[in-house]
Amino acid sequence: MQITVDIPTILRPLTNNQKRLEISAVDVREAIEQVEQQYPGVKERLVTDDQVHRFVNIYVNDDDIRFSHGLGTKLTTGDSVTILPAVAGG
Amino acid sequence: MLTIHTKLIDAMLDQAHKDHPMETCGIIVGPKGGNRPLRLIPMRNAAQSSTFFTFDPQQQLQIWREMETLNEVPVVIYHSHTESQAYPSRSDIEFAHEPQCHYVIIATDSNYSDKIRSFRIINNSVTEERVHIVKHYPHQEESAVLAV
Repeated sequence: MQITVDIPTILRPLTNNQKRLEISAVDVREAIEQVEQQYPGVKERLVTDDQVHRFVNIYVNDDDIRFSHGLGTKLTTGDSVTILPAVAGG
Repeated sequence: MLTIHTKLIDAMLDQAHKDHPMETCGIIVGPKGGNRPLRLIPMRNAAQSSTFFTFDPQQQLQIWREMETLNEVPVVIYHSHTESQAYPSRSDIEFAHEPQCHYVIIATDSNYSDKIRSFRIINNSVTEERVHIVKHYPHQEESAVLAV
Protein backbone atom coordinates (compact mmCIF):
# COMPACT_ATOMS: atom_id res chain seq x y z
CA MET A 1 0.00 0.00 0.00
CA GLN A 2 1.41 3.40 -0.93
CA ILE A 3 1.58 5.47 2.21
CA THR A 4 3.46 8.41 3.66
CA VAL A 5 5.50 8.50 6.86
CA ASP A 6 5.97 11.82 8.66
CA ILE A 7 9.34 12.02 10.38
CA PRO A 8 9.74 14.15 13.54
CA THR A 9 12.39 16.87 13.70
CA ILE A 10 14.66 14.89 16.00
CA LEU A 11 14.99 12.01 13.48
CA ARG A 12 15.42 14.10 10.33
CA PRO A 13 19.23 14.04 10.52
CA LEU A 14 18.85 10.30 9.86
CA THR A 15 16.55 10.73 6.84
CA ASN A 16 18.59 13.28 4.94
CA ASN A 17 16.42 16.00 6.50
CA GLN A 18 13.33 14.72 4.76
CA LYS A 19 10.17 15.15 6.80
CA ARG A 20 7.85 13.08 4.65
CA LEU A 21 8.71 9.73 3.07
CA GLU A 22 6.65 7.83 0.51
CA ILE A 23 6.87 4.09 0.90
CA SER A 24 4.93 0.92 0.38
CA ALA A 25 3.85 -1.18 3.39
CA VAL A 26 0.96 -3.34 4.56
CA ASP A 27 1.22 -2.45 8.23
CA VAL A 28 3.08 -0.13 10.61
CA ARG A 29 5.74 -2.77 11.33
CA GLU A 30 6.58 -3.03 7.62
CA ALA A 31 6.49 0.75 7.24
CA ILE A 32 9.22 1.09 9.88
CA GLU A 33 11.25 -1.69 8.20
CA GLN A 34 10.97 0.10 4.85
CA VAL A 35 12.14 3.37 6.38
CA GLU A 36 15.03 1.52 8.07
CA GLN A 37 16.10 0.02 4.76
CA GLN A 38 16.41 3.42 3.17
CA TYR A 39 17.63 5.22 6.28
CA PRO A 40 19.45 2.90 8.71
CA GLY A 41 19.29 3.86 12.34
CA VAL A 42 15.68 5.02 12.42
CA LYS A 43 14.20 1.73 13.60
CA GLU A 44 16.24 1.46 16.81
CA ARG A 45 14.97 4.90 17.83
CA LEU A 46 11.40 3.65 17.62
CA VAL A 47 11.25 -0.05 18.36
CA THR A 48 13.05 -2.66 20.49
CA ASP A 49 12.17 -6.36 20.37
CA ASP A 50 9.10 -5.64 18.29
CA GLN A 51 7.74 -3.19 20.87
CA VAL A 52 7.34 0.52 20.23
CA HIS A 53 9.30 2.53 22.77
CA ARG A 54 7.00 3.79 25.50
CA PHE A 55 7.63 7.45 24.78
CA VAL A 56 7.22 7.32 21.03
CA ASN A 57 3.77 8.06 19.63
CA ILE A 58 2.82 6.53 16.28
CA TYR A 59 -0.44 7.36 14.56
CA VAL A 60 -2.13 6.06 11.44
CA ASN A 61 -4.07 9.05 10.14
CA ASP A 62 -5.71 10.39 13.32
CA ASP A 63 -5.44 7.24 15.37
CA ASP A 64 -2.83 6.33 17.96
CA ILE A 65 -1.75 2.75 17.17
CA ARG A 66 -1.86 1.95 20.89
CA PHE A 67 -5.64 1.89 20.48
CA SER A 68 -5.71 -0.30 17.40
CA HIS A 69 -3.21 -3.06 16.68
CA GLY A 70 0.13 -1.50 17.54
CA LEU A 71 2.81 -2.39 15.00
CA GLY A 72 0.33 -4.78 13.37
CA THR A 73 -2.06 -1.95 12.48
CA LYS A 74 -2.93 -2.43 8.82
CA LEU A 75 -2.45 0.30 6.27
CA THR A 76 -4.40 1.19 3.15
CA THR A 77 -3.28 3.26 0.19
CA GLY A 78 -3.16 6.93 1.01
CA ASP A 79 -2.72 6.43 4.76
CA SER A 80 -0.41 8.72 6.64
CA VAL A 81 1.79 7.37 9.44
CA THR A 82 2.97 10.08 11.83
CA ILE A 83 5.75 9.58 14.35
CA LEU A 84 6.01 12.02 17.27
CA PRO A 85 8.34 11.59 20.24
CA ALA A 86 6.36 12.11 23.43
CA VAL A 87 6.91 15.41 25.17
CA ALA A 88 7.46 14.41 28.77
CA GLY A 89 9.48 15.02 31.88
CA GLY A 90 9.10 15.46 35.57
CA MET B 1 18.32 34.21 26.03
CA LEU B 2 14.56 33.86 26.00
CA THR B 3 12.76 37.11 25.18
CA ILE B 4 9.14 36.73 26.15
CA HIS B 5 6.06 38.88 26.67
CA THR B 6 4.97 39.43 30.26
CA LYS B 7 1.41 38.21 29.44
CA LEU B 8 2.86 34.82 28.49
CA ILE B 9 4.88 34.61 31.72
CA ASP B 10 1.77 35.46 33.76
CA ALA B 11 -0.28 32.87 31.88
CA MET B 12 2.27 30.11 32.54
CA LEU B 13 2.50 31.03 36.25
CA ASP B 14 -1.31 31.14 36.61
CA GLN B 15 -1.71 27.79 34.90
CA ALA B 16 1.01 26.21 37.04
CA HIS B 17 -0.52 27.47 40.28
CA LYS B 18 -4.03 26.41 39.26
CA ASP B 19 -2.84 22.89 38.46
CA HIS B 20 -0.65 22.53 41.58
CA PRO B 21 -0.01 19.94 43.02
CA MET B 22 -0.24 18.30 39.62
CA GLU B 23 2.52 19.19 37.14
CA THR B 24 1.27 21.54 34.47
CA CYS B 25 2.57 21.64 30.91
CA GLY B 26 2.21 23.29 27.54
CA ILE B 27 3.90 24.99 24.63
CA ILE B 28 4.18 28.49 23.22
CA VAL B 29 4.40 28.55 19.45
CA GLY B 30 5.67 31.13 17.03
CA PRO B 31 6.25 31.54 13.29
CA LYS B 32 8.67 29.13 11.66
CA GLY B 33 12.13 30.60 11.22
CA GLY B 34 11.70 32.95 14.17
CA ASN B 35 12.40 32.77 17.88
CA ARG B 36 9.41 34.75 19.13
CA PRO B 37 6.96 32.96 21.45
CA LEU B 38 3.47 34.17 20.53
CA ARG B 39 0.64 31.74 21.09
CA LEU B 40 0.34 29.81 24.34
CA ILE B 41 -1.25 26.36 24.23
CA PRO B 42 -1.79 24.58 27.57
CA MET B 43 -1.52 20.84 27.08
CA ARG B 44 -3.27 18.15 29.05
CA ASN B 45 -0.87 16.24 31.32
CA ALA B 46 -1.83 12.64 30.50
CA ALA B 47 0.26 11.42 33.46
CA GLN B 48 -1.88 13.47 35.91
CA SER B 49 1.01 13.33 38.35
CA SER B 50 2.75 15.63 40.81
CA THR B 51 6.15 14.40 39.66
CA PHE B 52 5.74 13.64 35.93
CA PHE B 53 4.11 15.06 32.85
CA THR B 54 3.47 13.84 29.38
CA PHE B 55 1.52 15.64 26.69
CA ASP B 56 -1.72 13.85 25.86
CA PRO B 57 -0.75 12.02 22.61
CA GLN B 58 -4.00 12.76 20.81
CA GLN B 59 -3.80 16.44 21.66
CA GLN B 60 -0.13 16.49 20.67
CA LEU B 61 -0.99 15.15 17.20
CA GLN B 62 -3.70 17.76 16.76
CA ILE B 63 -1.46 20.64 17.85
CA TRP B 64 1.56 19.47 15.83
CA ARG B 65 -0.64 19.27 12.73
CA GLU B 66 -2.05 22.72 13.43
CA MET B 67 1.48 24.11 13.66
CA GLU B 68 2.33 22.51 10.31
CA THR B 69 -0.74 24.13 8.69
CA LEU B 70 -0.06 27.53 10.24
CA ASN B 71 3.68 27.41 9.52
CA GLU B 72 4.53 27.56 13.22
CA VAL B 73 7.05 25.83 15.44
CA PRO B 74 7.19 25.22 19.18
CA VAL B 75 9.38 27.96 20.68
CA VAL B 76 8.83 27.24 24.38
CA ILE B 77 7.99 23.94 26.06
CA TYR B 78 7.01 24.61 29.67
CA HIS B 79 6.11 22.56 32.69
CA SER B 80 6.05 22.93 36.45
CA HIS B 81 7.85 21.25 39.30
CA THR B 82 5.58 21.01 42.31
CA GLU B 83 8.04 19.55 44.82
CA SER B 84 11.45 20.62 43.59
CA GLN B 85 13.43 23.49 42.14
CA ALA B 86 12.95 24.94 38.69
CA TYR B 87 15.83 23.03 37.14
CA PRO B 88 15.71 20.18 34.58
CA SER B 89 15.47 16.75 36.17
CA ARG B 90 16.97 13.62 34.64
CA SER B 91 13.60 12.87 33.00
CA ASP B 92 13.40 16.40 31.62
CA ILE B 93 16.77 15.90 29.97
CA GLU B 94 15.96 12.38 28.78
CA PHE B 95 12.77 13.51 27.05
CA ALA B 96 13.98 16.78 25.56
CA HIS B 97 13.61 16.06 21.84
CA GLU B 98 13.22 19.59 20.44
CA PRO B 99 16.75 21.04 20.53
CA GLN B 100 15.61 24.36 19.08
CA CYS B 101 13.16 24.96 21.96
CA HIS B 102 13.46 26.93 25.16
CA TYR B 103 12.57 24.66 28.05
CA VAL B 104 10.85 26.71 30.75
CA ILE B 105 10.31 25.30 34.22
CA ILE B 106 8.10 26.85 36.90
CA ALA B 107 8.49 25.96 40.58
CA THR B 108 5.17 26.03 42.41
CA ASP B 109 6.51 24.83 45.77
CA SER B 110 6.83 27.93 47.96
CA ASN B 111 10.14 26.60 49.34
CA TYR B 112 11.83 27.58 46.07
CA SER B 113 12.28 31.26 45.38
CA ASP B 114 13.33 30.99 41.72
CA LYS B 115 9.90 30.71 40.21
CA ILE B 116 10.53 30.56 36.50
CA ARG B 117 13.72 29.65 34.67
CA SER B 118 14.59 28.78 31.10
CA PHE B 119 17.04 26.29 29.64
CA ARG B 120 18.36 24.93 26.39
CA ILE B 121 18.69 21.16 26.41
CA ILE B 122 20.77 19.92 23.50
CA ASN B 123 22.35 16.44 23.25
CA ASN B 124 21.62 15.81 26.94
CA SER B 125 23.46 18.97 27.92
CA VAL B 126 21.67 21.68 29.94
CA THR B 127 22.47 25.38 29.64
CA GLU B 128 20.51 27.92 31.62
CA GLU B 129 19.59 31.12 29.81
CA ARG B 130 18.36 34.50 30.90
CA VAL B 131 14.63 35.17 30.74
CA HIS B 132 14.13 38.68 29.35
CA ILE B 133 10.55 39.69 30.09
CA VAL B 134 9.20 42.48 27.90
CA LYS B 135 6.01 44.55 28.18
CA HIS B 136 5.65 44.88 24.40
CA TYR B 137 6.66 43.08 21.26
CA PRO B 138 7.18 44.94 17.93
CA HIS B 139 3.80 46.17 16.69
CA GLN B 140 2.51 43.38 14.42
CA GLU B 141 3.61 40.71 16.85
CA GLU B 142 2.03 42.42 19.85
CA SER B 143 -1.45 41.68 18.50
CA ALA B 144 -0.51 38.07 17.84
CA VAL B 145 0.26 37.34 21.50
CA LEU B 146 -2.29 34.85 22.69
CA ALA B 147 -1.96 34.12 26.36
CA VAL B 148 -5.37 32.72 27.18
